[in-house]
Amino acid sequence: MDVRFTSAGDTAFNVEFGEAVDRATNARVMALHARLKGAPPLGLVETVPTFRSLLVVYDPLTSGRREMQAAVETALAAATAATEPGRLWRLPVCYAPDLGPDLVEVADALGLTAERVAALHGSSEYFVYMLGFMPGFGYMGDLVPELERPRRTEPRLRVPAGSVAIAGRLTTVYPWESPGGWHLIGRCPVPLYDAGRTDPILLAAGDRVRFDPVDRAGFDTIAAAVDASQFDPGRLRAA
Amino acid sequence: MMAANPTAFLTVVRPGLFATVQDLGRFGFQELGMPVAGALDPLALRLANALVGNPAGNKDCAAALEIALLGPTLRVEATSVRIAAVGPLAVAVEREGQALQPLEPHRSHTLVQGDILRLGAVDGASVAYLAAAGGFALEPVMGSLSTYVRAGIGPLGGRPLGQGARLPLARDAAPSGPETGLPQLPDYGSGPLRVVLGPQDDRFTEAALATFLSTAYRVGKQADRMGLRLEGPALMHRGSADIPSDGLVTGAIQVPGNGQPILLLNDHQTIGGYAKIATVISADLPRAGRLRPGDSLSFQAVTVEEAEAIRRRQEQAIAGWIGAIRPVRPAGGIDLDALYAENLISGTVDIVNGGSDLPLV
Repeated sequence: MDVRFTSAGDTAFNVEFGEAVDRATNARVMALHARLKGAPPLGLVETVPTFRSLLVVYDPLTSGRREMQAAVETALAAATAATEPGRLWRLPVCYAPDLGPDLVEVADALGLTAERVAALHGSSEYFVYMLGFMPGFGYMGDLVPELERPRRTEPRLRVPAGSVAIAGRLTTVYPWESPGGWHLIGRCPVPLYDAGRTDPILLAAGDRVRFDPVDRAGFDTIAAAVDASQFDPGRLRAA
Repeated sequence: MMAANPTAFLTVVRPGLFATVQDLGRFGFQELGMPVAGALDPLALRLANALVGNPAGNKDCAAALEIALLGPTLRVEATSVRIAAVGPLAVAVEREGQALQPLEPHRSHTLVQGDILRLGAVDGASVAYLAAAGGFALEPVMGSLSTYVRAGIGPLGGRPLGQGARLPLARDAAPSGPETGLPQLPDYGSGPLRVVLGPQDDRFTEAALATFLSTAYRVGKQADRMGLRLEGPALMHRGSADIPSDGLVTGAIQVPGNGQPILLLNDHQTIGGYAKIATVISADLPRAGRLRPGDSLSFQAVTVEEAEAIRRRQEQAIAGWIGAIRPVRPAGGIDLDALYAENLISGTVDIVNGGSDLPLV
């Protein structure tokens, strides 16, 4: 299959697997990412998986474009898409209008009830295509077509941390308070970034996520446990 | 360089405007969305560290204080400390019972307990660096002492130096041996910033590419550690400015729909959805990192192979500048302060090490 190498200066290049944003394309990205991570060529600094390409970052004083590209081509030939499935997380989410201030607006725009939007959002397993925008921000797909909405025309200046949001065919949980243009439909009480954890960032590209609806009391109970440092995020790992 | 002396500090008397701890950056976590951060001017960072005898390599450089706009005022709370500032700012020390004394730039100085170090306005580049011998006794976050302020990640709570903050020193006393200086300032190069076209140069019209490589741009007011908005003729895309988001590197020049380029610096996001016309080569990143609002700049295309050769030559030049660091003969004769500090530590003046610049007393 055709793979395109594009230059990102003298410290990196992209390996592009086409233009499509889909699971099959992303699986090839993740396979090469895993392969290079498992057996890094001399001079490799890191690789950054995205929807349809892998950024290969290298040290030009240790290696060079020619050598690194050759090493990546070798790894490509050996990379198999059948990598281990990523971890499955079950993230609690409360779909209450005060925690998801766009829920009603989204429902109205889609001709659905708020309850139906929540039910549809909570009914799928999502795949973490990549992380970016800010540390730990996962681009998860694929949202059911019934929930597809373009991003807000006016991005918010402050989106609260934990906000569960949708845009296009994607969903996410904001790990930090930040600006943001996605529609906020709920809130997750467990922080996706916690400096106190061994691995501060919960999600990794290739992981899978299910959203478990909780009511307001459930949300408050989990939030209180998190505040008291009595919540083990390991509980969110499904088998 | 971990906490060996929990009682040795530089204490912030006045925080200045934006001083952060930075090393060469936090690599290895971009797949989690974690920006690299790191020194905007890695060349000055390395030279400041070399002047105080710290690791200053291409990969193992110690962390230093990166100072933007206006530097802090720091009080020495250690037996003594050897410091060096590199970059365009005035440095002075206030010692009890003495007049404020300017410190000669681009060399090391030994300060003693109670000294107040005043770092002035940064003028002529965006940043300057202050290194301390032995480095800072701070806990790395994800393997790095770089500060990423937007998410509060890094040492000192991931924040710029604040009023009353204490910057812990790994050493309680300055090393013995003479003060050292740079015989000449490093050459950052001049002329256009060199770029490798791509990764999405095919998303721009021929006219846009020609304009990009032939026009002077100006750094706009929106300029920070994340990037520089450039002002100049708009660059037209073939079709949309949007691409499926892909990875970003420091030096990438992305062009959103309005056609005005943005040169991404160290705190850039890890991925982005705008087409990138070109990437500044690694050898020219220290120069790009020094740019300030109002500065003008232009671009020249080179191949990846040329960029690699330029980078290798630059690394040789840096090794040369570091190798040329020499003991300094204090202006006006005897550096009583240095002698005093050395006597405090070693009890005697080291004639062997100090012989070339310290007159016998």
